Amino acid sequence: MAKYLLKRIGQSIFTLAIILSLVFVMVRQMPIDGYFDNIDKLTPAVIEATLDKLGLNDPMLVQLKDFFLNLLKGDLGVSARYSKDVPIIEIVANKAPVSLTLGLIAMAVSLVLGIPLGAAMARSKNKFWDKFGTLFIVLINAVPSAVYYIYIQSYGSTLLGVSMLFERDNWVTWILPIFSLSLGNIAYYAMWLRRYMVDELNKDYVRLARAKGVDTKKITMRHVFRNAFVPMIQYIPTSLLYTVGGSIYVESLYSIPGMGGLLVDVITKQDNPMVQAIVMIYSCIGIVGMLLGDLLMAVIDPRISLTKKEGAR
Amino acid sequence: MEKTPVLSVQNLNVKFSLRGKVLHAIRDVSLDLYRGETLAIVGESGSGKSVLTKTFMGLMDTNGWIDSGSIFYNGKDLAQYKTEKEWLTIRGKEIAMVLQDPMTSLNPLKTIGAQIEEALKLHQNLVGAEAHKRMIETLVDVGITDPERRAKQYPHEFSGGMRQRVVIAIAIACKPKILICDEPTTALDVTIQAQILHLIRDLVRKYDLTTVYITHDLGVVANVADRVAVMYAGDIIEIGTSREVFYEACHPYTWALLSSLPQLGVKGEDLFSIKGTPPNLYLEIKGDAFAPRNPHALKIDFEERPPFFEVTPTHKARTWLLDPRAPKVEPPAVLRRLQKGDKIV
Repeated sequence: MAKYLLKRIGQSIFTLAIILSLVFVMVRQMPIDGYFDNIDKLTPAVIEATLDKLGLNDPMLVQLKDFFLNLLKGDLGVSARYSKDVPIIEIVANKAPVSLTLGLIAMAVSLVLGIPLGAAMARSKNKFWDKFGTLFIVLINAVPSAVYYIYIQSYGSTLLGVSMLFERDNWVTWILPIFSLSLGNIAYYAMWLRRYMVDELNKDYVRLARAKGVDTKKITMRHVFRNAFVPMIQYIPTSLLYTVGGSIYVESLYSIPGMGGLLVDVITKQDNPMVQAIVMIYSCIGIVGMLLGDLLMAVIDPRISLTKKEGAR
Repeated sequence: MEKTPVLSVQNLNVKFSLRGKVLHAIRDVSLDLYRGETLAIVGESGSGKSVLTKTFMGLMDTNGWIDSGSIFYNGKDLAQYKTEKEWLTIRGKEIAMVLQDPMTSLNPLKTIGAQIEEALKLHQNLVGAEAHKRMIETLVDVGITDPERRAKQYPHEFSGGMRQRVVIAIAIACKPKILICDEPTTALDVTIQAQILHLIRDLVRKYDLTTVYITHDLGVVANVADRVAVMYAGDIIEIGTSREVFYEACHPYTWALLSSLPQLGVKGEDLFSIKGTPPNLYLEIKGDAFAPRNPHALKIDFEERPPFFEVTPTHKARTWLLDPRAPKVEPPAVLRRLQKGDKIV
C-alpha cells in the first residue's frame, strides 16, 4: 500500500510539473500589453527595459527554471495589473476560501442528496422514485444551467426574503448559490449510482446472497451499494474541481468575491501572471482530486492491487 | 434408504410473463424428494430444471409465479409463501444452493470468512468467536488448507475450484437439510470437476444432506445420483433410479438424450443429435410435448398427454409406448452398448 501510495504521488507530481510547464509556456505566448498600464505611450526602449527587468526576455528554459525555483519557495509572483505589485498569493488567499467553502458545502449537499436518490431509484426500478429521479436528471441535464440558475436566483431570493446578492456574513444568502452549484452533481451522482447499482443487482453474488437468506434490504445496503460505489468513488473528489470551476457563472450572478469572478476579471485585464497562477491552482485541485479518487478506490476495493502492474479492474 | 419424502411437489405449474405473453415454464410437475438421496434433474437448456428448484427457495425472477400446485416441506406448503420474511425461514437455513459460476458468485469486496459468517449470523445467531470457530470448521470441511489465513482473503485470491469450495462452505455452514447444486461443475475445468463432485459426495454423508443436482452432464449424473429425473419442456417425463434411467430407459426422449452421449459415438461418424427444436412454451402444449420430434410417435401422442406409467415401483415414464395397447418399440440399438456395462464416464 505504502509503495503504491508513493508511486501514485510521484506520478501526480510529475503530471503536475508537465501541466505547470505547459501553462507557463502558453501564457508566455500571450500579448505583453498586460504588463504595462499604457503601453502606447511608452518608447520601445522603456518596454524592453521593463521586460528585461521582469525576466521575460530570458530564454524560455531559464524562465521556466526561475519559475519553478520561486514556486518551491511558495512565490507565485506579483500581479501585473489587477492590483499592481501585490503578491498573487495574497490576492488568492483572500478570494479562494469563499469559493472553496462554497464548493465543499455544495459537494457535501450533492452527496447527501444524490447518493440516497440514486439508491432509492435503483431499489424502486420503474416505480415512483425511479421515475421522479429520471425526470429530475433529464431536466438538469437538458436545461442549460444558466437558465435554472436565474430562476433559482429570482424566485429563491423572493421565497427566502433575502437580497439577490451574496453577503459573506449572512448565511441565508449562501443557500441559493450552494443549491445552484449542487444540482448538477446531485443529478450526476444519482444517475451513476442508479446505473451501477442496477448492474450489480443482476450479478451472481446477489443471487447467492439471496439464496443464503439475506434479506433484500441488507443485500442492497451491504453487498450492492458498496460494489456500486467502487466505480463512483473515483470521480467524487474530481467533481470538486467541476464545482469550483463551474462556479464562475454562479459567482458572477451573486457577486460572490471568489476565484471564479477573479479569473474572469484578470483575463479581461490581461494580467498574465494572475491568469497563470489561477489556472495552476485549478490544475492542482484537479490532480489532487484524481489522486484522492484513486486512493479511495484502492481503500474500498481489495482487488486493486497496488503493486502489480495490471490491476484486477 | 428411508422412504420419507422431505420435500413433496404436487401438480406444480409455474408461469412467467414475458413481453406481454405468458410462458408456461413448469407444467404440472409432481416430485418427491426422499431423505438422504441424491436426485439429479437432467434435461436440455430451457427445460425448466433451474426454475423448478428455484421455486423451492422462492428465488424465481419477479415476473414468474406459481400458478397452481403445492410444495410441501416440513408440513408447510411453500407454494403459499408470498413475503420475503416467510422465505427467509427457508433460504440458506433449510434449503441451500450452490450456483454454477464460482468466479462471479462471491461478493468481491468481502473476505470469504465474512461471507461465511454472514450466513452463520443470520441462521444460527452465531457471532464473534463462535461464528469464527464454526466458519473455520466449515472451511476445513470443504478442504481448504490453512483456513485461518485463507479466511482473511478476498475471492479474487482464490482459484475457480477453491471459490466453488467456498460457495459450498457458505451453503453447508448452517447445516441445511436440502442442498441444491445448480450445475456446480459446469464452469470448472475437468480435473477440478471430479474433485468438487467428490467433495460434495463426502459432505452429503457427513452432513446428512438431501441433494438435488441440476445438470446436463450425464457423466456427472452417473457419478453422483441415486435417482434421475428427466425433464422436457417443463415436465418430468421419466424418473427412476440411476440404473433404471441409464440402462432401462422407456421414454423416447430419454433414449434420444442417452444416444447423444459422445461416448456412444462411433469414430468417423457424426454424433447423434435430436432433430427439431423444443416446443414453444408460450403456446399450450397438446399431447406429448416430445411427439413432434419423436420418430416413434403414435397418433395419440399428438392428442392426449400421456399419464405416468409405472415400470417398477421406483421407475415411471410418461409415454404412450408403455400402454399395453401400444406397438412394441425397441430402444435404439446404440443404447445396448450402455447395457453391456460400459462405464459411462
